[in-house]
Amino acid sequence: MDLAPNQLLRLVQLGQTDAALRSQAIWECVSCQTCTTRCPKEVDCAGVMDALRETSLAHGMGAPAQQPVVSFQKAFLDNIRRNGRLNELELIARFKADVLFRTGRLAFLFKDASLAPQLGKRKKLHLLPEKARDRKVVERIFARCSNQADQ
Amino acid sequence: MNIGYYPGCALHGSSNDYEQSLRACLGALDVQLQEVKDWICCGATAAHSLNHKLSLALPARNLALAERDGFQQLFAPCPLCSMQLLKVQKAVKENGLREELSQIIEADVRGDGQVLNLIQLFERVGLDRLKAAVKEPLKSVTAACYYGCLLTRPPDVVHFDDFEQPRSMEAVLAVLGAKTVDWSYKTECCGAGMTMASEGTVLELAHKILSNAADHGANCLVVACPMCHVNLDMKQAAVERRYGKKLDMVIYYLSDLVGLALGLSGEQLGVNRHFVTKA
Amino acid sequence: MSRIGVFTCWCGENIARTVDVDEVAKQVAGFPGVRCSVNYKYMCSDPGQAMVREKIASEKLDGVVVASCSPHMHLKTFRKAAQAAGLNPYLVEMANIREQCSWVHHDRTQATAKAIDIIRLSVEKVRNDTALEPIRVPVTRRALVIGGGVAGIQAALDIADAGYEVVMVEREPSIGGKMAGLSETFPTLDCSQCILTPRMVEVGQHPRIKLYSYSEVETVDGFVGNFKITIRQKARYVDTSKCTGCGECWTVCPLKRNPSEFDFGMGMRPAIYIPFPQAVPARPVIDKKVCAKLIRNGCGLCEKKCKAEAINFKDEDKLVEEKVGTVVVATGYRLYSISKEQDKASLTGYGEYGYGKYKDVIDSLQFERLVSASGPTNGVLKRPSDGAIPKNVVFISCVGSRDNAKGLPYCSKICCMYTAKHSMLYKHKVHDGQAHVFYMDIRSGGKGYDEFVRRAIEQDGARYYRGRVSKITEEKGKLIVRGADTLAGFPVTIEADLVVLAAAMRPAEGIEELAQKLNIGCDEFGFLMESHPKLRPVETNTAGIFIAGACQAPKDIPEAVAQASAAASKVQVMLAADELTREPEIAAINEQTCAACFTCVHTCPYHAIERAEVRTGRGVFIKRTARVNAGLCMGCGTCVSVCPSKSADLLGFTDQEVYAMVESLV
Repeated sequence: MDLAPNQLLRLVQLGQTDAALRSQAIWECVSCQTCTTRCPKEVDCAGVMDALRETSLAHGMGAPAQQPVVSFQKAFLDNIRRNGRLNELELIARFKADVLFRTGRLAFLFKDASLAPQLGKRKKLHLLPEKARDRKVVERIFARCSNQADQ
Repeated sequence: MNIGYYPGCALHGSSNDYEQSLRACLGALDVQLQEVKDWICCGATAAHSLNHKLSLALPARNLALAERDGFQQLFAPCPLCSMQLLKVQKAVKENGLREELSQIIEADVRGDGQVLNLIQLFERVGLDRLKAAVKEPLKSVTAACYYGCLLTRPPDVVHFDDFEQPRSMEAVLAVLGAKTVDWSYKTECCGAGMTMASEGTVLELAHKILSNAADHGANCLVVACPMCHVNLDMKQAAVERRYGKKLDMVIYYLSDLVGLALGLSGEQLGVNRHFVTKA
Repeated sequence: MSRIGVFTCWCGENIARTVDVDEVAKQVAGFPGVRCSVNYKYMCSDPGQAMVREKIASEKLDGVVVASCSPHMHLKTFRKAAQAAGLNPYLVEMANIREQCSWVHHDRTQATAKAIDIIRLSVEKVRNDTALEPIRVPVTRRALVIGGGVAGIQAALDIADAGYEVVMVEREPSIGGKMAGLSETFPTLDCSQCILTPRMVEVGQHPRIKLYSYSEVETVDGFVGNFKITIRQKARYVDTSKCTGCGECWTVCPLKRNPSEFDFGMGMRPAIYIPFPQAVPARPVIDKKVCAKLIRNGCGLCEKKCKAEAINFKDEDKLVEEKVGTVVVATGYRLYSISKEQDKASLTGYGEYGYGKYKDVIDSLQFERLVSASGPTNGVLKRPSDGAIPKNVVFISCVGSRDNAKGLPYCSKICCMYTAKHSMLYKHKVHDGQAHVFYMDIRSGGKGYDEFVRRAIEQDGARYYRGRVSKITEEKGKLIVRGADTLAGFPVTIEADLVVLAAAMRPAEGIEELAQKLNIGCDEFGFLMESHPKLRPVETNTAGIFIAGACQAPKDIPEAVAQASAAASKVQVMLAADELTREPEIAAINEQTCAACFTCVHTCPYHAIERAEVRTGRGVFIKRTARVNAGLCMGCGTCVSVCPSKSADLLGFTDQEVYAMVESLV
């Protein structure tokens, strides 16, 4: 992490939000909620990290080193917007393509490819996964909640 | 016993072995899972990371659907789903968001049902009843109970067990005749949804968890979360490669062990579909 | 016919800038009953006071109104001036035309008109004032000191050396408090018992100190100058008058392994025991929870061995009465319970530190006993789990303190200093050891304190990390401490052999019950409330009861000793004469009209009203009545407002006065 959570909070306190929004750390965070649980001042640190992520994208700031994470989350949201439920194969395909497009990392495209047959063998791969029946509602919910972050 | 069931995307996706395990085990306990009709994704990590309003709206829709279906209790086997459902219940009941959310999701959400994780479901079935139903005590199991992050955190949302030294899973294993170890990584994160996007993080965290469990004498781990299972089971081979050690730790779903103790076979429970199986 | 003098003050510019003081003096001169009306720049100054005295004499004034600042400022000043001129001081009123007029308004015309109205009210009041005399209350010239720690000891010695009798009540079998259990004290690194035990012996042998050890205050009755205290002397099962302290009994006792309270569980003691060798009194006590003879009539070895025949298994608690004039509360502190068990719903413990789970995670008082020369390990720092000498010790500050999430937001003041001390004591004992201290801030504000902390870092090599510890786990027999170093900017992991947690200071157990018995206040954390945080740190809002030491707030030994002497001096002021004088503005009950409904008795917050009887000179009963105890009444007026027959009234603020004031405005 380039900036520790307490450093991110400090920057926000000082009004140097830009530096916080540009950090890679906010995308390395796994949202384990330990920070919020332990904070003696009852600061919802995990919530602050969420807010920094959302604001960072809304302001069009990227996170070059952590681009795969950003691509993954965006691809995920787009996936459920259209399908109502997650379509894993579609997610993986879109995610890998996006990373390739933005970072040119060809190796990334083929990473974990060996897992595909293993998953298939265990009947964990769904070529025609179920979609939510009432998908249109999901589109409308997304529209009502739209911000710039998930574009 | 009938109970509302919210599987979530993982259980109908690549973690369908978890659902198989649940259906077999709970079926043997006469618990009928009634899937909520037209459920949608809860938003997972992506929603709360990118769009706060959406992260409340998506689970809210599922709560409203469950309420519409008349379920007083809603069982959500994935802790990310259950935590978000509880988060929205709190937002609706304590932060006055009922009207706004109901308008967004086109359904009235009251937030007054009970959301249960897998451990709570077994507690509801009754540990005494479970004990009485055990046919094959798990004498060869010395398990490290792995709770992960979201079963017990954030405590003011989930209000479940002791969030530093939880013991609820151990209590279930005790009535199954299994031994458990007191280890140091019960609630440390496995890397959650970063499996594809930040594999290095997951491998490092999974390595620490698996090693600590082994160091404390466990011969397997027990989980109640599909993401934890993926990171510890599917990725175990990658961990072994990167850190150059053999781990050979079977990762059981809690329902696997309950089912085995009830006399069900590994095939019925889908244990043979894990990546790491008993030699 | 009244002859009232009104003195309007300019208060420099404070009043005169907004209020036209000349106009005020002119208008007021025309009020009925006003004999003279003047204004002056600073009424509270010497010439101003002289003016008041002079006018009282020359105009034969029978009432004075000073129109100036708040009576909180100078009422006493002007009452003294009036008294010096021969006028009863309770015929003096102050009209507040500063805080309540010139300081809060801008419009000069309106402010002047309001000032005149305020003075009109005061003039009406003075016209209806009656001369009052201060109340005299007899005083029992003895003091009670509750608590035998260093604060209680200091207070008792000061009061006793001044010539008064002191009754000291201490809950534990010996006096000495927490200080008796410390190893060395900061910043001098004096041996704690070496500097304390001489004082303890002095208390034990002082001709004017009556020590009730192993006793507690049961009830408190009465009022300032006249307290009646019931003390419960808990059964020791040892006759202290016969016992010589020879020690045969505790040597022969077969039940040797009971966790020692004095050692905070780091050592063991027998069932019959003396808490530490220098105990005062040096007489043992039997733990009735474990003694075989008391539980099931077995053993009895100590009785057989005792040559003085001092063991008495038939002993019982005794209740004793003592009369005192004042009370000093010095009940000290306890440490916050770090594990999950708490005695208050608002507090939570720390599961992440493993206290209670890992034997080698201990708190600061337990560490003191382990390094104390007379401790359970004779001063050799052996860790609890296996007795090994720890080579890496982690000290964690602020455990419980400054933690809103756990329920105690305050700073416990002493931990930064004693943690530095601990790191130094550790280094002095284990030369190749390394101390690691996790801190958030360093609070070292006393004399030589910051230098002391720097010594720990620069000379004794303690490593200080600015950051908190997130979790302590155990791996391969070592404690793994994971924390942060925010100055360097990265996380820190330490393999520790021993972890010492600096737990928060809380007031001693049972403080809320004691405060209720004494009718004094305590805050939400249980700390006793002082009258005024800046100017009256050792007084309480209950007359005659003083506080000293850690029961009031976290503090170190020098502060506790200073506060104890301060409380002792307040006690001496009170005990200096046979009588106490109190302000006469208290309630009075018209016993002729009183219907004896006793609503006032139930309502009075100071329990100052008694049920009494009206009898003829020969003792024939006439009627029942309520009667105000002049020693306790604080003049709050609650009884006046609830009395259905209007028999209760407030001297100096009678109903008649108030009605006259209101009518004058209408």
